[in-house]
Amino acid sequence: MKFRYLPMTEQDQRAMMETIGIDSIEELFADIPKEIRYNGQLKIEKELNETKLVKEMSRLAEKNINVKQYTSFLGAGVYEHYIPSVVNHMLLRSEFYTAYTPYQPEISQGELQAIFEFQTMVCELTGMDIANSSMYDGPTALAEAAMMSAGQTKKKTILVSKTVHPESREVLKSNAKGQNLTVVEVDEKDGVTDLEDLATKHNGDIASVIVQYPNFLGNIEDLAAIEKIAHQGKGLFIVSSNPLSLGIMQPPGKFGADVVVGDVQPFGIPMQLGGPHCGYFAVTKKLMRKVPGRLVGQTTDQHGARGFVLTLQAREQHIRRDKATSNICSNQALNALGASITMTALGKQGVKEMAVQNVQKANYAKEALRNNGVEIVYDKPFFNEFVIRLPKSVTEVNKELLNHSVLGGYDLSRDYPEKENLMLVAVTELRTKEEIDHFASVLGGIK
Amino acid sequence: MKSQDQSLIFEVSQEGRIGHSLPELDIPEVDINELIPEEYQREKEAELPEVSELQLVRHYTALSRRNHGVDSGFYPLGSCTMKYNPKINEDVARYPGFAHLHPYQSEETIQGALELMYKLQESLGEITGMDQVTLQPAAGAHGEWTGLMLIRAYHEANGDYQRTKVIVPDSAHGTNPASATVAGFDSVTVRSNEKGLVDLDHLREVVGDDTAALMLTNPNTLGLFEEQIVEMAKIVHKAGGKLYYDGANSNAILGITRPGDMGFDVVHLNLHKTFTTPHGGGGPGSGPVGVKKDLIPYLPKPLVAKDGDWYYFDYDIPESIGRVKPYYGNFGINVRAYTYIRTMGPEGLKKVSEYAVLNANYMFRRLEPYFDAPYTKHCKHEFVLSGRRQKKLGVRTLDIAKRLLDFGYHPPTIYFPLNVEECLMIEPTETESKETLDEFVDAMIQIAKEAEENPEIVQEAPHHTVIDRLDETTAARKPILRYTKEINGVI
Repeated sequence: MKFRYLPMTEQDQRAMMETIGIDSIEELFADIPKEIRYNGQLKIEKELNETKLVKEMSRLAEKNINVKQYTSFLGAGVYEHYIPSVVNHMLLRSEFYTAYTPYQPEISQGELQAIFEFQTMVCELTGMDIANSSMYDGPTALAEAAMMSAGQTKKKTILVSKTVHPESREVLKSNAKGQNLTVVEVDEKDGVTDLEDLATKHNGDIASVIVQYPNFLGNIEDLAAIEKIAHQGKGLFIVSSNPLSLGIMQPPGKFGADVVVGDVQPFGIPMQLGGPHCGYFAVTKKLMRKVPGRLVGQTTDQHGARGFVLTLQAREQHIRRDKATSNICSNQALNALGASITMTALGKQGVKEMAVQNVQKANYAKEALRNNGVEIVYDKPFFNEFVIRLPKSVTEVNKELLNHSVLGGYDLSRDYPEKENLMLVAVTELRTKEEIDHFASVLGGIK
Repeated sequence: MKSQDQSLIFEVSQEGRIGHSLPELDIPEVDINELIPEEYQREKEAELPEVSELQLVRHYTALSRRNHGVDSGFYPLGSCTMKYNPKINEDVARYPGFAHLHPYQSEETIQGALELMYKLQESLGEITGMDQVTLQPAAGAHGEWTGLMLIRAYHEANGDYQRTKVIVPDSAHGTNPASATVAGFDSVTVRSNEKGLVDLDHLREVVGDDTAALMLTNPNTLGLFEEQIVEMAKIVHKAGGKLYYDGANSNAILGITRPGDMGFDVVHLNLHKTFTTPHGGGGPGSGPVGVKKDLIPYLPKPLVAKDGDWYYFDYDIPESIGRVKPYYGNFGINVRAYTYIRTMGPEGLKKVSEYAVLNANYMFRRLEPYFDAPYTKHCKHEFVLSGRRQKKLGVRTLDIAKRLLDFGYHPPTIYFPLNVEECLMIEPTETESKETLDEFVDAMIQIAKEAEENPEIVQEAPHHTVIDRLDETTAARKPILRYTKEINGVI
């Protein structure tokens, strides 16, 4: 059997064995004790030729219902947005995707410059001084921010609002266990962080306060009020933010956030069942040397020409080893590139326009649902998500919606037992008036 | 002067240009101030670029030409397994039935995705000899941390809170001790002996009832198989510790030996190394973790399970360490890896390792006369050389690496592992032809000769890249981490 990825021929093999001075490849493995050698063939399925492979992978893909076939109102941290065709074409330039981390700057200027541009765009959107080259995703970025705050303040307690994405809080708790930190959750009241509860739980001896803006329930948190409480004592103020919302909304940097994290998935990264997406991590200048992950900086060569390098590497695991405060190595560089290309295609005006369209269409959907007799749970300013109350469980309703080729919203009772029959509905610029009206009329008819 | 200027996208920008075509707003527009209170609205737009679609294409095409990938040329970067990234994997990952799935769709709408994940879990379990696999970790280091948290949960469930030490060889990847620290352990270093293998006597000294685990890469970062692995496993297990397998070097062992059979309890794989998913200029990767039976109860939630023909998420893992990643891991990467496994099958995967090892040994023997070889036994998929002979001539390993750029190659890994002076670590992979290996070896031989006869040409390299060696000291002392008009001049 020959394989198209393996160029070895019998002649090559003979010549190479002769140079090495062996009679069979087997001799190269002679130092592996017999008792641990694997005998026979691995019990995995036999190889497929390209035609059969395409058939099998298509079979698996077509067993799924994708959001291009049905109309989706799912969000809850992952969103279906407009992706310009040009993005994929640029990402398929294989000099980008088949490269390793740019450790040899002379032949990696393209990647390094693209990341430098990405860092700049993230700073612009978040209103922060410094952004790194990416994290795995929003939730792990949030957990790393919490770990960084503990390292910076030498304090052991993290306050996190219950209006932060439930999976972010779960990832945070797993990480906190590793570092023996305590995570205390702050209650939600009327769809936003309960400021009284926050004030009570903030005893001044806190590593950081973490909120989400807009929050998991879609609502806009009062960052000005939260900042005042968060900054009592030495603790950091960490805000997780959907970067698209910052196309229209006041950036957290303007409210005194020390760290802003989130996921740039809304900028050109397909949903892919939840990954790979791309976390961002932005901080104030003061925290520059505490940032986890890779940073690209501008410098010059001996002729004074501008160039880019990975910099401040003394922070990272490959230098600090057991003194490192984060172990991140691989990140999501290619997705950071995809997001940069998308932000470039959308541009200054497009990012704003897209953000405004989300606000407009989501508000239109809210009114359409209300007009069809569906109860709106929170009447507060929001970005592109809001909560409705249904006459029965979200699971049952979503089953009925499938019959109308609609993927209904997120079931909030999964994470909030008291939120029985509450659905989180997301509406992006992709939903048309017709689709929204249809959704509203079907939901209005469900008893 | 050969440096060619390349504008930043912000410097190409002109007010009023666009590169998109957003849907129109087909609903009645409401005054934005009625929807978002003014104090929550941005005062001014984010300064993002304004370019046409062609300007965008020219910019990113220009950037791509200033970048070297596996498709551009040979990339023998040790411990990174820079093999060919099959094009069909990219196609498959972009099928709408994989690319456009929302993580919160109901199970009945994603049966194909669940089937794929289940089969990948099973395949990776068989390849590594492990009883169960989680696909959640996003990358190798993330897998390491996950695996160590599993080990920690296991010990704590047994009341062994005193097991706070993770033993790591001096040749280990930097992520190993860093992951140990982040998982709340202290690392202890175990020495290598003169053969480049773990010193068993020292291992016996450092294990004890405070040992949580030994982390090991096998073959190790010198490309050598730890032939005493069975004895090492006995020593660690007898002391009550667990064995962690860093799968970065799995490309040497597919179908030949399995971590599970060597005695390891936990393993992570780098799908972006061994299983051909692209490195992407630094990521995204995927770092699935496999475990033996006694660690299954602690795996992250959810796993993918099967009941007859029905695939589902299993959240019923009461002792789970929790979630390590939102949703289900880097699914899009896992699709590529599964496509590759189905392309190769058991026969193909075994050939991968055989040829990877043959290629490495061939290069090793051809280069041995020209560079110092600290370890001479047959290597596995990679090998190390020392540039100390050249250093005496005033040519450092860094210079050799830079000179290789002139020949169109990405240099090997340099100055790692830390226990080899002026180290060069070379990993050819199985996807390279003999001709490519020969051409690279010839270039290395030429550089060795230049070091003797004309060292300046090596010391001053590279000569043919778009930019010269960059001033990294100033970059770190006076960091410029973003574009501003003030620094880069008003356009």
